[in-house]
Amino acid sequence: MDEKHELVGRGNRDGARLFREWFAELSKTADDGGQSAYVFVMGSINEILKVFDLPVVFPEINSLQTAIRRVAHEYLAEAEDYGYSPDICGYVKADVALQLRGGSHPMGNIPKPSIAVLTNACNTYIKWAEIWHRMYDIPMVTIDVPGTREAHSKTWSGNPQFENDRRYVEVQLRELIVTCEQVTGKKFDIDKLRVVLGHANAISVGWKKVLDLNKSRPSLFNALTDGTIFLGVANGFRGTETGATYFNELVEEMEYKAEQGIGTLTEEVYRLIFVGVPCYPIFRRFNEMFTEWGGTFINSTYLWFASGGANRGFEYDVDKPIESLAEGVLISVRDAMDSMFHQDCALEEMLEDYHVDGIIYHPIKSCRTVSTGLADVRRHVARKHDIASLFVESDMMDRRVVTEAPMKNRIDAFFEGLASRRRRSLIK
Amino acid sequence: MNFCVFTEWHDKPLDEVLYECCELVEDPSFPTVKRWRENGGKVAGHFQVYFPEEIADAAGMLPFKVRGAPIESTRSDSHFGSYLCSIIKTSLDAVLTGRLELDLFVSHPICDAARNLAAIWGRNFDYPCQILYLPQNPNSSHSENYLCDEYKRIGNIIEKVAGRKIEEHDLHRSIEVFNENRRLLRELYDVKRKTPWLVTAEEAYCLVAIAGMIPRTEHNELLQYVLPRLKDRSTKRQDRIRVVFEGGFCEQPPLDLIRMLGRTCYVVDDDFYIGLRWLLEDIPTRGDPYRNLAESYLERSSYSPVQHDNRKPKEEMLLARVQEAKADAVIIAAAKMCEPGLEEQVAYIHRLDEKGIPYFVTEFEENMTSFEHLELQVETFLENLLFA
Repeated sequence: MDEKHELVGRGNRDGARLFREWFAELSKTADDGGQSAYVFVMGSINEILKVFDLPVVFPEINSLQTAIRRVAHEYLAEAEDYGYSPDICGYVKADVALQLRGGSHPMGNIPKPSIAVLTNACNTYIKWAEIWHRMYDIPMVTIDVPGTREAHSKTWSGNPQFENDRRYVEVQLRELIVTCEQVTGKKFDIDKLRVVLGHANAISVGWKKVLDLNKSRPSLFNALTDGTIFLGVANGFRGTETGATYFNELVEEMEYKAEQGIGTLTEEVYRLIFVGVPCYPIFRRFNEMFTEWGGTFINSTYLWFASGGANRGFEYDVDKPIESLAEGVLISVRDAMDSMFHQDCALEEMLEDYHVDGIIYHPIKSCRTVSTGLADVRRHVARKHDIASLFVESDMMDRRVVTEAPMKNRIDAFFEGLASRRRRSLIK
Repeated sequence: MNFCVFTEWHDKPLDEVLYECCELVEDPSFPTVKRWRENGGKVAGHFQVYFPEEIADAAGMLPFKVRGAPIESTRSDSHFGSYLCSIIKTSLDAVLTGRLELDLFVSHPICDAARNLAAIWGRNFDYPCQILYLPQNPNSSHSENYLCDEYKRIGNIIEKVAGRKIEEHDLHRSIEVFNENRRLLRELYDVKRKTPWLVTAEEAYCLVAIAGMIPRTEHNELLQYVLPRLKDRSTKRQDRIRVVFEGGFCEQPPLDLIRMLGRTCYVVDDDFYIGLRWLLEDIPTRGDPYRNLAESYLERSSYSPVQHDNRKPKEEMLLARVQEAKADAVIIAAAKMCEPGLEEQVAYIHRLDEKGIPYFVTEFEENMTSFEHLELQVETFLENLLFA
């Protein structure tokens, strides 16, 4: 029993440890002058980069860490002094300042890039990589993944449009392999790719299971706080044995908690969905404003799109590694984009199974990709479903637009409304 | 269709023609679209920046460039949050208020905000609301094949909306019309570059803007009438600074801002409505027209902050524009909250600094109404150059 109890919280403990180790590795690479690949969470293509033993740097994660560690404003100010407008993505600016500081980061030193690999899941990725291209004159490889052209019009394997898109992605992946060979001087090893894909499969399957398991009542983990730790591992360790083991164990932990009815530290009164990107400048406090009322975040679109669509649990066919990788990248990155541009569809899926009491929309200044459609999504979902919602704007990096007192007032009013709604439903 | 949607300029002298053009551009009721629809025509609204309008034209539809509007976004405000550019709000507002009626809406993944438009439109209107996925990796060996397929896909959607098949000869004919239009627009820009005193900044701007509001055959007639008359003007050359304006690729500055610039300098080149001038040369009129369109988009096209191409570093492209126009200075503008524009400004200013080319950095919004402060700043900047 004691051994089983050790399971509870293991995902958080191990996740934090893996993160420290990951940054330590990056620091070592930086100190040794080693190579690295700069990538993004939505379509890191770590599967190929791992074959070339390229350490991956996620500038989005570096940037959000500066906010969590409450030093983001220093980085933002430095980038703004360099010429970047206050109105552009805070992640980009924190990274620009990081580069101007020679890679100095609160969690260690970040190596310079040897290659930048990006998808079009977010247009800012492209502008961002152009900055590195200018700074370091490195190859910048865009894997262009065509997304859903119109709501509810997704195509799948066998459909001519899908096959056109898949071929396009496949050719780009093959071109990336050639570039990686040139950058690293190593020959591509397809058997090594098969092994990496196997690990990536374990992570995708595990990630989907973990998300599904949170349908439990009470919920097993907080999608906003715990979920962000799991997400970090899913991205940073994609395609690695370490990542695969972590997710196998995380599934074990969550299944155990589900069997035992063990929830989070919050006595669950209201089950909430979070839509958008977290408020990292006051990450803990933001969550507390909800948990104080018994609100728990059971799922979020963030855990969908920021995992690059791994929530769909796509499994690669290791017998056709490159063809299958192309199909998986297309399906997963497209899904990540859908979870931003068609968040109403994602929400409707969640509303079906998760016993949801309310939806928290959190559009932010920094990210138009995620935020532009949220007010319209809210109107649309409200028309179709009888579900309470709160719309609260702030930022993921810039504390100048995070005003805690008015935010708390609105959150308190939202919960008062939820309580009243629940009382009314009991009377009926 | 054999009727004209813009007749106000017919049988008028040049200055009145140009006045009517400016009136049309500033008219928030989109009269040409209304007239087209009243005559039974269908309208393909396409958001900035580039759209292969030939495909819609070949199906007998009016390709209309959705470019925002000089209106308050009263109805669309509740559909958007803060921190967004104006053009996406006023574009939706124009449609929500019924000022602009469409049968098809197409947007492109040009930026993070605009990528949301097709989904937003689709939640609010019953007609097809599509994303045309123009390739964001034009450096891939497969991007031409991909784009060719993507154009054919959008062609199929257009056929369904138009209720008519696009035959190969229809598309070739449209390409010919648009080739002529591109030639005339190049001629207009030649006038701007070589003899900027013959056409004011706002006149040239309106002549281009109208291309996205009326059928191209009509636009060709308009330019064929105007261009020789512009060249015959007797306006005297003045001692003015020659300026390139950069930053008008998507949201447009108000016409009053362009007028103000025209009073203080010669705007010898710019990226206003660059999507309407995206293709730099004629498209071949033989062979697969879809492939020809795709190949031209990738191989013989202009540049903007919303298209990445390893072969076209934007700051180098800007330098080339400045040199070709023999410009003395650059106005680097960006629409408020326009992320690609604001990001590109940094690359531009660092490169211009390296080259010692003077520049003035500013932001604008399509609905801004006060220009005194900006005019003073621009005048001071230009005077510094003039009397340096």
